[in-house]
Amino acid sequence: MTADPHRIQATFAGALGSFSLDIAFEAPMRGITALFGASGCGKSTTLRCIAGLQRLSGRLVVGGETWQDDGAGVFLGTHKRPIGVVFQDASLFTHLSVHKNLLYGARRAERSGAPPTIRSDDVIQLLGIGHLLDRAPAALSGGERQRVAVGRALLSQPRLLLMDEPLSSLDQMAKDEILPYFEALHEQLSIPILYVSHDITEVARLADRMIILSSGRKLAEGPVRDLLERLDLQPETGRFEAGVILTARVTGHDEKFSVTHLDHYGQAISMPARDLATGTEVRLRIRARDVSLATRRPESISVRNVLSGTIMEIAEDPETAYAETLIDIGGGRLRARITRQSVADLRLAPGLPVYALVKSIAFDRETLSVAATTLPGNLSVTRRD
Amino acid sequence: MDASELWPVIRLTMELAVVTTVALLLIGTPIAWWLARSKAPWKEAVAAIAALPLVLPPTVLGFYLLILLGPDGPGGWVAGIFGARSLAFTFEGLVIGSIIYSMPFVVQPIRNAFESVGDRPLEVAATLRASPWDAFWTVAVPLARPGYVTGAVLGFAHTVGEFGVVLMIGGSIPEETRVLSIAIFELVETLRWAEAHLLAGGLLVFSFVVVATMMAVEKRMGRSGS
Repeated sequence: MTADPHRIQATFAGALGSFSLDIAFEAPMRGITALFGASGCGKSTTLRCIAGLQRLSGRLVVGGETWQDDGAGVFLGTHKRPIGVVFQDASLFTHLSVHKNLLYGARRAERSGAPPTIRSDDVIQLLGIGHLLDRAPAALSGGERQRVAVGRALLSQPRLLLMDEPLSSLDQMAKDEILPYFEALHEQLSIPILYVSHDITEVARLADRMIILSSGRKLAEGPVRDLLERLDLQPETGRFEAGVILTARVTGHDEKFSVTHLDHYGQAISMPARDLATGTEVRLRIRARDVSLATRRPESISVRNVLSGTIMEIAEDPETAYAETLIDIGGGRLRARITRQSVADLRLAPGLPVYALVKSIAFDRETLSVAATTLPGNLSVTRRD
Repeated sequence: MDASELWPVIRLTMELAVVTTVALLLIGTPIAWWLARSKAPWKEAVAAIAALPLVLPPTVLGFYLLILLGPDGPGGWVAGIFGARSLAFTFEGLVIGSIIYSMPFVVQPIRNAFESVGDRPLEVAATLRASPWDAFWTVAVPLARPGYVTGAVLGFAHTVGEFGVVLMIGGSIPEETRVLSIAIFELVETLRWAEAHLLAGGLLVFSFVVVATMMAVEKRMGRSGS
């Protein structure tokens, strides 16, 4: 493999106790790439290898710079790698104030001559931590601590930001509080992020690309959207949480019924009102279990979203009552999880025109995110089908 | 020994305790760090040697130290460089003896503190571009501060109170090796209760003030720091 200034190229292999890791992947030097898998799949170990906190044999080239190359005897110590790491627990230095925590990496970056591309005022504003500067870490909430940890990592002027399950120690309220900040990071920073998570909802909301790991091996990699549409990856992407991502544009609001109207390539979608400007592009995550199918357009029905499409693929699971289906709805694709009995009764088959029904209430807070402006370009650059 | 002789005794004791405590913090830090961080299988053997003075009778320790510091031991050889015959019955010899005798009281709390700091803060420091040396001074030592305070107080108090070892290797030479505990013992032996009361009572009050001040300082620093 040749050093590419626009990519992260990693190969690691080795055993840690009874666990063995053998993985090779590439990721672009922009956007969020998720390392996704169940606990014990090796995603955190991979991240630690990239940070230099753990050493397995392999090779690592980040944006054209070699950080590890066993053949050439190169292994940069963690403190010599221009990275920022956000750990599961915020791990703020308890003997320092929030402000001094933020300065810890910033000062050392300055001394090492790293170009100060990330300004502290911007980071403090972006993460909304200006009012916390004089506080002690012990006086912060979990979400605030994690935001400070992100800010501290960014101010060390990293070329690559590594996040290891940054939300998993937070409760749902704190997650909801912090996710918009992460989305803002994605939109406003040009630093690539490797994001380790076992939560497909988080990955679907934040990441552009993902690498799926299982038992220390890479199972699949590609744009999140494409992988979520693959029925064969279901054991990994989750039965209960399986679903796809659609992009849609806000077309208007209905004050009377508190509904927001969206357009997806000519098909109307409505959802509980959200405070979004008309014209805003959003990512909607629609879970397979929230979608029903009909062969004729239903009338007199409470479901507001009826999308016409064509069945592309049906995967029946003979062990259970269920079948997974993939439906082309023009611009994007939907997944529907229905019973095998329905497949038989309705004589569903690939190529058959159907109507997909999605209850408006399926669009909760977690399923919607404002699409990053860089997203379409990003995907076209990195798509490797 | 009349009352005017008490001041040199007190001054000498304080000098010994301060020098010993400072030396122990300097020597004890790398030892405690190594004991806390090393994965060497024989590290517990080293820990046991460092903890030996806890259980060894002071007279036994003093006896071996006397041999080591005496004219025929390595201490005598070192003393020869400065034109002296022996390190036994000298202030320097007392410092060496006190360092060994009080070692576990300083090393153990600092080791515990380093262990409770754990790997994570040091990993975080490394990801923020701090070299291991930098991270040690700016993260590990400040986070281990409670261990340092405890170690310093215990080391100091233990040195002030030592008797058996001093008796074996120091004797009672005025302004050289006659420290408080020896002086109190001699005063009691010669039935001079008034002076014995003065020294013993003074030591009691002093010890209380030191410990109380340390605790108050630590509590205040702890509140503003974390």
